[in-house]
Amino acid sequence: MTATLTKDRAAGPPPVGRATGPRRARRRGRTVALLFVFPALLLLGALVLYPVLFSVGRSFFDASGTRFVGGDNYTEMFRDPATLKAIRNTVVWVVVAPALLTGLGLILAVLVEKVRWATAFKLLLFMPMAVSFLAAGIIFRLAYDQDPDKGVLNAAAVSVHDAFAGTSSYPTARARTGPQGLTQGHDGSYTVNTTVTPGGATVALAMVGVLPKDLPGDASPAYPAAGRKAAADEVRGVVYLDFTPGGTGTPGKVDQREKGLPGMKVEAVRDGRTVAHTTTASDGSFQLSGLHTGSYTLRLPESNFAPPYQGISWLGPTLVTPAIIGAYLWIWTGFAMVLIGAGLSTLPRDALEAARMDGANEWQIFRRITVPLLAPVLTVVFVTLVINVMKVFDLVYIIAPGPVQEDATVLATQMWLVSFGGGNDQGLGSALGVLLLLLVIPAMVFNVRRFRRSQR
Amino acid sequence: MNAVRRGLGNGLVQASLVVIGLIWLTPLAGLFVSSLRSAQDTAKGGWWTALTSPGQLSFDNYSALLGNAGITQAFWNTVLISVPATVLVVVLAALAGYAFAWLDFPGREPLFLLVVALLVVPVQIGLLPVAKLFGQLGLFGTIPGVVLFHVAYGLPFAVFLLRNYFAEMPKEMLEAARMDGGGEWRIFVQLVLPVGRPAIASLAIFEFLWVWNDMLVALLFADSSSQPLTVELQSQVRQFGSNIDVLAPGAFVSLVVPVAVFFAFQRHFVQGVMAGSVK
Repeated sequence: MTATLTKDRAAGPPPVGRATGPRRARRRGRTVALLFVFPALLLLGALVLYPVLFSVGRSFFDASGTRFVGGDNYTEMFRDPATLKAIRNTVVWVVVAPALLTGLGLILAVLVEKVRWATAFKLLLFMPMAVSFLAAGIIFRLAYDQDPDKGVLNAAAVSVHDAFAGTSSYPTARARTGPQGLTQGHDGSYTVNTTVTPGGATVALAMVGVLPKDLPGDASPAYPAAGRKAAADEVRGVVYLDFTPGGTGTPGKVDQREKGLPGMKVEAVRDGRTVAHTTTASDGSFQLSGLHTGSYTLRLPESNFAPPYQGISWLGPTLVTPAIIGAYLWIWTGFAMVLIGAGLSTLPRDALEAARMDGANEWQIFRRITVPLLAPVLTVVFVTLVINVMKVFDLVYIIAPGPVQEDATVLATQMWLVSFGGGNDQGLGSALGVLLLLLVIPAMVFNVRRFRRSQR
Repeated sequence: MNAVRRGLGNGLVQASLVVIGLIWLTPLAGLFVSSLRSAQDTAKGGWWTALTSPGQLSFDNYSALLGNAGITQAFWNTVLISVPATVLVVVLAALAGYAFAWLDFPGREPLFLLVVALLVVPVQIGLLPVAKLFGQLGLFGTIPGVVLFHVAYGLPFAVFLLRNYFAEMPKEMLEAARMDGGGEWRIFVQLVLPVGRPAIASLAIFEFLWVWNDMLVALLFADSSSQPLTVELQSQVRQFGSNIDVLAPGAFVSLVVPVAVFFAFQRHFVQGVMAGSVK
């Protein structure tokens, strides 16, 4: 515009021309400007603004769109168990995920400043932001697999559990019942029917129900041990698998080829108290020594027979939402950390140094100085995460297995299911879409306000 | 004493960060190792068993993937959707951003406030109405339809970002260019675009990533011949387990491109994602 103005002057136009020239120029400038913004505004109007208005209107009509139903879709939303579940889950997401992420991001941002490889660490944690929710979903479907032989998380859970609680050796074993046999207690343990005395005959405890292939590799025949004599202060015995391949053995008797059950826990009980315990050797033999004279009851505690620990049902109905939030943390923690880290680098160094000089420890500095000074950044991170969490769709859609889908559903997935995924109720679907929009309107107001303030 | 304690504390910090880093790396490593194993091996045991018996690993799944017409078609569809969408968003937003920043036209202020307001509109609300509209226009189930939807929902942020960046340009620079007799178009191409390059790069990377990784939009607007990799793979998730020899390498291929972009353009990438997170 300035350019045309100068040219007009140089040509020395009459007074009238001086008035029309700039006006024409301005009009031309406006046309050019409108040409610049038109394509963007056309798309925004047709595909964003119009759909918002359409959805608001559509949400007041019934499923087929022929009958006006007023606010029925909105009341239905809070009555229908499926949408109610979606609303509840979205609330859980919004309450849990942003707070966890902001906290985790803050802690990591502070810690990572203390190491020299901070950049590498930040890059590594930020990388999942480049990964699609679909790929992340497949990754975590793998990781959360219920079978401890397939899912890495349950493999870890089971090995930690077994390291502390121990594994039971014979979950399927049963005792032969009968006069010389054992009786099963309520807790799954077995008690020998007859009492024993130190120095007495070697006891043979017959078990069945263990497949020969499930026996430990070092299991050896119990026959030699069954014949050994006990010393005066000890009780001896064997626990053996009362089964001869080929079926030639005699039930209740230790035959030549029958193997002992190694690693079985055995207890001697007197007056209701366990006074001695041991574990069977590779031939199934055990000896409880140092016993006073008297009669004892032998017991095989229930830990021998407990079913193996199966790990955690991550993708079951109760844990599926926390599990998906876990996958979400993997994706977004780096974002929170980097953003908070950027805020951290703008903090006044002097304040921190002065506090250190005054003898404040790291925790006091963190609580009293870092966190309050970072409050604006933390707010931005938190609000951003809330907006994103409300719209979470792909992760839930991919990670939750079919039957658990309805336990994991959130607003965005429910909106999809209701409108397109079989529900075919576009009235209710539109209402859910409008609800999503209403939920982000505070953020919209926040954005507009912040922008207008920045313009002044 | 204090120094000792500090050193000890630092060691603890280092150790815990190493552990966290490993935790972050494990899911990705698990996917990659899984993608190199046969479905039978996966059915028998977890991917970590391959660390002790590396004989299980081979690129057979990947070569099978190359022969899988559905997957290769979907990969090209992803490219054909994300590249044009990125270019269009950048071009349209640069034009509009320049006009909002430096040109005078009626309704400039309220229109830009509208753009800011549209920043947070969830994609979900557009699905149904735009599907109807595209049905009438014959765009439903086509690649151009998917592209247009992405462009429209990418624009508010893109215009917002570029307008703010362009507005920072010194006024004298533009006036000098106008003095030299440049038309607005020439000024835009020869001055504004080069000056705005950092912002445009961040925007382009963010937008590319957004569209490449999208599943929701394509799930509705693409049909079986125009669907991208994400939709093709999600259609197979229902039989999760038996088809892990397709899913794992497929997912890995789909994430290798954005992760490569991430490492190649780290700085722009981080800035783009940061700026775009308001979306």
